[in-house]
Amino acid sequence: MKLLVAVKRVIDYNVKVRVKADETGVETANVKMSMNPFDEIAVEEAVRLLEAGTASEVIAVSMGVQQCQETIRTALAMGADRGIHVKTDEELQPLAVAKLLAKIVEKESPDAVILGKQAIDDDSNQTGQMLAGLLGWSQGTFASKIEIADGKTAVTREIDGGLETVSLALPAVITTDLRLNEPRYASLPNIMKAKKKPIDEMTPDDLGVDVAPRLKTLKVTEPAKREGGVKVETVAELVDKLKNEAGVI
Amino acid sequence: MTVLVVADHDNSALVPIVLNTVAAAAALGGDVHVLVAGENAGAAAEAASKIAGVAKVLHAESPAYAHQLAETIAPLVVGLAGGYSHILFPSNTTGKNIAPRVAALLDVAQISDIVEVVSEDTFVRPIYAGNAMATVQSSDGTKVITVRGTAFAAAEAEGGSAAVDSIGAADDPGISSFVGQELTKSERPELTAARVIISGGRGMQSGENFEIIEKVADKLGAAVGASRAAVDAGYKPNDYQVGQTGKVVAPELYIAVGISGAIQHLAGMKDSKVIVAINKDEEAPIFSVADYGIVGDLFKLVPELDEELEKQGVKPR
Repeated sequence: MKLLVAVKRVIDYNVKVRVKADETGVETANVKMSMNPFDEIAVEEAVRLLEAGTASEVIAVSMGVQQCQETIRTALAMGADRGIHVKTDEELQPLAVAKLLAKIVEKESPDAVILGKQAIDDDSNQTGQMLAGLLGWSQGTFASKIEIADGKTAVTREIDGGLETVSLALPAVITTDLRLNEPRYASLPNIMKAKKKPIDEMTPDDLGVDVAPRLKTLKVTEPAKREGGVKVETVAELVDKLKNEAGVI
Repeated sequence: MTVLVVADHDNSALVPIVLNTVAAAAALGGDVHVLVAGENAGAAAEAASKIAGVAKVLHAESPAYAHQLAETIAPLVVGLAGGYSHILFPSNTTGKNIAPRVAALLDVAQISDIVEVVSEDTFVRPIYAGNAMATVQSSDGTKVITVRGTAFAAAEAEGGSAAVDSIGAADDPGISSFVGQELTKSERPELTAARVIISGGRGMQSGENFEIIEKVADKLGAAVGASRAAVDAGYKPNDYQVGQTGKVVAPELYIAVGISGAIQHLAGMKDSKVIVAINKDEEAPIFSVADYGIVGDLFKLVPELDEELEKQGVKPR
């Protein structure tokens, strides 16, 4: 079976995000960028299915500016076979990304699309579900376990009170949660090998998708600042304050 | 203007966050309707009819709705969408699963996790795990929205007397089915629903050492969490992780033990009402967000805390 994984280039999770003074967004100049951590889990899962012989090919897709190719190279170094880059300098919102992915699915006919449950920049948690809706496919979101057999997949999902397992007809869209796996670090030989793997380039126009944003960001501001409080000397004093001052215990 | 709230429930009772979602709907103005789709969900529909401020309850019955599958609920909501200016879902795992599917089928953007209603088309939502707040405006005809429960005070569960209208079920596309669920049986609450959380970091030095934290957790009725550093070190499994790449929590009381306060951890807990930090390094960044800090050896302080709670007769609320 053929698997498509979607990978997003985001500000590295260890970077302290700074809101721009003009409130138009956050500072991205000279900031370290990495693959969205949930997408790393998606790539890892796809590569494991490849290594287990369940999958025969893994295609990594990324969308956005030229540098997204670095993110695709990371996926290729982890073990994906080839890449697709939908190149645009426009802002892409989840609905547009889902529509672009749906067009790529039409061309590539994968048996499943695996992607992170959300990106740690816009925190939308939408793209996978939207893609499944557009394609009329089943969806296994927030997956912590994926089993594939007989044209179906059993997906164990992280829900609020515990775990839920659903059986999905393939093709399906699966979004990954933290417990699914621990992504590998690419080895140097694999990083070298990834440089030779092919990446197809295309544009939203080539795919015939209108990517105009539907949501207008009016401003981006700092959250309310939290002031540091007091230091207490003893545990008894702490418990007293929690009980009588804060009233939380 | 009429707003539809899609309720999450287990057929017999509503999930509490539905009350916060109704409150967000009320903040928009206009009539509030609640959809309860389930199997033998009469009790849940009745509970919805009693929520203060609800004008009408739509009750759809089908075996296909027993487990809130997105593939079956989304077509039902899409079929109703024409009558509504806004469709609100709670931002829990059920709402987050269904809402984007509805939005895509309606060809509209979805607005995730709103924390404030500015006007009927403008909303505030956190991005970068709450390190920035975006004010966004939607130009779509129907606004599909998920609501962060902790940002809206719950509507009163009693006091309303809305009519309950039975409505027909949509066709089941038959592409997915519920197999089973395993709800956590722990005595402790789940992280994202807990009123009190106590988390350990790399300073715990081992997974076994979390025992001292767990004792305190049991006295407070708290959930136990961990920093990414503690998870990476193998002390606790990944589902304990609080932070940007883990769970984002906002309990009434958050106690950080042996956690230095890396950005990625702060992003996951800084909206907590009261934060307590226990750390041996008085320069640790966690103290800059803590309401109450105590500098010292956690292996001495945490057992002391346990004893003090015992002595002062503190019980879980």
